[in-house]
Amino acid sequence: MDNKVIVELKNIRKEFPGVTALDQVNMKIREGTIHALVGENGAGKSTLMKVLSGTYQNYEGQVICNEKEIHMKSEKDAFSFGISIVAQELNYVPELTIAENLFLGREPERNKWFINKKERSKRTKELLDLMGLDYEPEIKMDMLSVAQRQMIEILKSISRNSKVIIMDEPTSALTSKESELLFNKVKELKQKGIAFVFISHRLDEIFEICDEYTVLRDGRCIQTGELKDVDTDKLISLMVGRNIDDIYPKIPDCQKEKMLKVHNLTNEPYFKDVSFEIKKGEILGFAGMMGAGRSEIARAVFGMDKKDSGEMILEGKKLDFKNANDAIKAGVAMITEDRAVYGFAGVRSIKENIKLPNGDLYTKFGFWKEKETAQNTKKICEKLRIKAPDINTLVGTLSGGNQQKVVLAKWLVRNIKVLILDEPTRGIDVGAKQEIYKLIVELAQKGMAILLISSDMPEVLSMSHRVAVIAHGKLVGTLDKKEASQDKIMKMIVEAK
Amino acid sequence: MGKKKEKLKFGEIYRKYGIVLILIILFIASAFINSNFLKPQNLINILKQISVVTIIACGEIMLIVSGMIDLSAGLLCTTAMCLSAGVLAATGSVPLAIIVGIVVGVIVGWVNGFLITYFKLQPFIATLAMTYVLKGIVQLYTNGQSIGGVDKIRFVGQGTILAIPVPVLIMFVIVIIITILMKQTKFGTCIYAIGGSEKAAIASGINTNRVKRIIFTLSGALTGLAGVVLMGRLMAGMPSVGDGYEFDAITAVIVGGTSFLGGIGTVPGALIGSIIVGLINNILNLLHVSTQYQLIVKGVLIAGAVIIDIKTKENKKSK
Repeated sequence: MDNKVIVELKNIRKEFPGVTALDQVNMKIREGTIHALVGENGAGKSTLMKVLSGTYQNYEGQVICNEKEIHMKSEKDAFSFGISIVAQELNYVPELTIAENLFLGREPERNKWFINKKERSKRTKELLDLMGLDYEPEIKMDMLSVAQRQMIEILKSISRNSKVIIMDEPTSALTSKESELLFNKVKELKQKGIAFVFISHRLDEIFEICDEYTVLRDGRCIQTGELKDVDTDKLISLMVGRNIDDIYPKIPDCQKEKMLKVHNLTNEPYFKDVSFEIKKGEILGFAGMMGAGRSEIARAVFGMDKKDSGEMILEGKKLDFKNANDAIKAGVAMITEDRAVYGFAGVRSIKENIKLPNGDLYTKFGFWKEKETAQNTKKICEKLRIKAPDINTLVGTLSGGNQQKVVLAKWLVRNIKVLILDEPTRGIDVGAKQEIYKLIVELAQKGMAILLISSDMPEVLSMSHRVAVIAHGKLVGTLDKKEASQDKIMKMIVEAK
Repeated sequence: MGKKKEKLKFGEIYRKYGIVLILIILFIASAFINSNFLKPQNLINILKQISVVTIIACGEIMLIVSGMIDLSAGLLCTTAMCLSAGVLAATGSVPLAIIVGIVVGVIVGWVNGFLITYFKLQPFIATLAMTYVLKGIVQLYTNGQSIGGVDKIRFVGQGTILAIPVPVLIMFVIVIIITILMKQTKFGTCIYAIGGSEKAAIASGINTNRVKRIIFTLSGALTGLAGVVLMGRLMAGMPSVGDGYEFDAITAVIVGGTSFLGGIGTVPGALIGSIIVGLINNILNLLHVSTQYQLIVKGVLIAGAVIIDIKTKENKKSK
């Protein structure tokens, strides 16, 4: 690669109290290239990008931009050097419109004091057209889906005329069509000399669009080079520091008895007449596009959403959950898509998070049995290999994979019969994914019925005994593991129209 | 299912037109209940009565929309009124008195903003502390006695231009200025952005601390001005009046459809909220309902407005 280096990171070291997050990290970002930054969760990718985008100001080492050392004091400084970031946790104001969000802090002016709303609307429309997005500029952000919001965020940094755009997991909430649109746009901008840093756990995407790579592991730079010189297996082994033959474990055969039967479940307009059953030890996959109604069905089964009609039978007993608490008592647990909102309280410790929904197990006369709670928490943390200094660590400070494990741990201390997993591995690195897959298999082996919702097709296909395809609020068909394939599922979704 | 849709619609309609509808219904009902209500003098009186609180509400709404609050506004109004009255009584200069009132507001507002942005105090705590400080200052300055000899301010409180009372005019001018500020300027968008998601505002390169200090300073200035108007209405600097105005202003803002969680709310809404509160007080007065009952009605009104706020948000989320 002999493109000009726009930004160079030299010997970056960043410490947090008690942890060295980054040590001696070097990275060169070249004009007109896409640079993949890969590594497991907790490897330091986000920290490194926060140094580069001006969020963290205290670090050792140098950031060199166009051969001059720079020191950014804020995100705004980073913008002025032409560096912008599309963060993994989207930064938008839900109450404002698309146009207001896109131009927040740099509104087109009229007479110096006033906002030129017409101009803003016009330019927003132009930007939307540029990306082939058909939204109205003046609708509020909270009316958009997660994927649509993500596109707006990406649009925001493109529209800043940035020279370096950092994208942290930009496709984790996008459909394949939207991802493709994004990639086309990225390739186009690359031709214009813009450099991208691309963080993704989807290695297929990395190989599709990236030119160079840097692998981080435990805060250190493991290897950097051109992607054409490596393959997926090599990259994964660099990331995790060991060889991985197959990230998906073998799933054992399920039992014969039925665990859960759902009949004609309806909650219009989200879904209608959905029926399915799961046997003991079976993993049923839910495939489909975002917004097809998969999560809504799961939430209704779990009692979180109300249902219009339909019945559920658990081990031969008819059930009617009025709320999630009823479901948990009956042995149905759900790990929601949005783990930061529903899954855990970030400012509380691992122990507190785990004991919270299990008050019935861990209390006596209304008092916590602290010793027992602590012992059990320790045990489960070891079992799930949760990486944390101790059980009093705040969950919010853990990496995504470890947070997800804490969420799992909350339920695993109970005797759960049916476990619903909604996008359990979104935004989690390969190593942690693999561990979560192993856990899922272990749980199935114990006889738990598992409903696995995932937008990651290979995941659904490899991890399920059967795959139910959901499209437009209907269950359009169920495929056995043997007959299921990505093409067949896509065909079923398309034909469902 | 039909039910859900209706609810959603109700929520959205309420957000946009609900308070206007409520105002119209109240207005018509009041006209039927008491024949004195429609007399121009009575209607003008209502506006006059709400003028001071509405000016304070114009500051309070900027704070609430940006996710903050000022509990010291009532005492700040008192402080500005008394200091301004003292200066007027001593110098006889109306412009100087007005400037002193506003400057007192600016200083106190800036200090509030400084405490909140520099020391990261919660706005609730910082302004609560400020309330006690101001209470002390007012007592020290006035010894608990009213300050008279302020006849020159009569025009500001009692005068009229084209038959419209000056306080009402001032109120409308402030409402218009703050409306434009919030809806048409960059600064206004910053206010909504901070209340909607402060993280997003920071990520967009907005210096949120600076914006917060400006909001507090501006809100202080408005409250100081309200203090001067209040002096004109009372024709004195009264240390016992003004305490509690912050809650009246917050009531007007909340009844006017502003979300206490920040990010949502309009100035005209707050004006209508203020008028609704004034109107209810007025009709209860005309009906000779005692103040005790009026307080109960006010309480119910606040709870009702917030319940609707929460319900409309729920509907949006469940969509």
